[in-house]
Amino acid sequence: MSFRDIVESGKFVVTGEIGPPKGTDIKEVLHHIELLKGKIDVANVTDNQAAVMRISSLAGCQLCLQNGLEPVLQMTCRDRNRIGLQADLLGASVLGIKTVLCLTGDHVNAGDHKQAKSVYDVESVQLLKIVNGMNNGFDMSGNELQGATDFYPGAVVTPESVPLEPQLVKFEKKVEAGAKFFQTQAIYNMDKFKDFMKYARQFPVKILAGIVVLKSAGMANFMNKNVPGIMVPQDLIDEMKAAGKEKALDTGLNIAARHIRQLKEEKICDGVHIMAIGMEDKVPEIMERAGLL
Amino acid sequence: MIVGEQKPFDEIWDMIKDYKKVLVFGCNTCVAICHAGGGKEAEILASLLKMKATQEGAAIEISHSAIERHCEPEFFQPSMEDVRKYDLVLSTACGVGVNLLSEIIGEIPVFPAINTEFFGAVPRAGEFEEHCAGCGNCILHLTGGICPIARCSKSLLNGPCGGTNNGSCEISPDIKCAWVQIYDRLKALNRLDVMKQINEAKDWSTSQGPRNIKVKLMEENTK
Ligand code: SF4
Ligand code: SF4
Repeated sequence: MSFRDIVESGKFVVTGEIGPPKGTDIKEVLHHIELLKGKIDVANVTDNQAAVMRISSLAGCQLCLQNGLEPVLQMTCRDRNRIGLQADLLGASVLGIKTVLCLTGDHVNAGDHKQAKSVYDVESVQLLKIVNGMNNGFDMSGNELQGATDFYPGAVVTPESVPLEPQLVKFEKKVEAGAKFFQTQAIYNMDKFKDFMKYARQFPVKILAGIVVLKSAGMANFMNKNVPGIMVPQDLIDEMKAAGKEKALDTGLNIAARHIRQLKEEKICDGVHIMAIGMEDKVPEIMERAGLL
Repeated sequence: MIVGEQKPFDEIWDMIKDYKKVLVFGCNTCVAICHAGGGKEAEILASLLKMKATQEGAAIEISHSAIERHCEPEFFQPSMEDVRKYDLVLSTACGVGVNLLSEIIGEIPVFPAINTEFFGAVPRAGEFEEHCAGCGNCILHLTGGICPIARCSKSLLNGPCGGTNNGSCEISPDIKCAWVQIYDRLKALNRLDVMKQINEAKDWSTSQGPRNIKVKLMEENTK
């Protein structure tokens, strides 16, 4: 079943992440694919995540397909202009990739090629429109395609962005531009997320809550200070602290599982997006603890 | 105005050290205001280069002068005879000035002593901010007079990215997020409806050079 069918069927979906490696040694990424397949519904394949150069997202998706894991092609607008983006979309389509996540992309300033010229010829809202145009059989200039694409387009939103209002204006534009599902930035405050969902439910889109496992109280403090749109509430930081060094990770996994369970049981949103960030081997365990496996 | 900064001294020295007779040539308009390349800065740079030449035991004759503007040929005319006596002109004008003088001067090389950076405003004395990128198709009426092309790090057209952070841009706490400013401004103008409209992909063809404009003079129009 394609991701579109799964998520539209109303099942609580679980998406994960595959980060392609920097270099041609793919042993580890194949291992991650093996770990996640049959457990999560689909895996986002990141696109030079954090502006760090690696194997392309398109090739990463192909590895997933060859090895039985349904991929989501992440596409940022940082590295390719409208010609490159559309060419890769056509390529993805013929390779059998069915889901695209349209992103603006982290600035090159964050990555390992800071001297690069950023592109941003188009951005996330416009990329969504491009995907929809190609689904209707036309490129961006209005030329008819010899065979249309059939992508399920998605986007991202940061429910705890500060200030929030401009972010919501953008969210609504993404909906208007044709996004059918959204994955959120990592969320930790269930009450605040419920407020966001109350708002988001007005729109005919599926929302998957972003989950990032806390490894320590220090990591939570670091993210609060340095990662835009992430806010770990004090009670969770205290819980991590109380667990001590030995049990910190275990507690972090429990918190993630507890949140997922609550999101599902209270039908707060349509699924979760688990960003393992180097802890791919823990994803099945989180899912088990959340009662999903 | 055009804003630039002087290049690192060692880079300038490397450029000029093999020449014998060098003119440090200032421009007294934009680059004088940003303290990068006016007559005063040309004079200071010339004396620093002289000191360096003495230290290095290099026999270079270094002089300085300045004119009002380097972007129109007529301003060069009175000094061209003098300028042609040198075997290198080290220009402290913006890149436009270096280009134009190179065209006019003939066989003598013209090297840049400053890095030309942006079109900027001077919000407070000694501070310069990029406010326009000369994209050739202005949309300030849609963005509350705040330019997202020049002032958003990604030149976004439809609102802030996920990196927006308490009013700052993801690339630095010292840079304001243009889209938060645009939102606030449009809200104050009671024009948030404008921000809610999707801005289509930009036609960048107007922003790419080489661009030339030939203005029809009034007399021609009325002929
Ligand atoms: S929209 Fe273009 S012309 Fe207008 S201020 Fe911005 S860069 Fe300059
Ligand atoms: S944080 Fe704001 S200014 Fe910076 S790239 Fe994102 S939208 Fe543009």
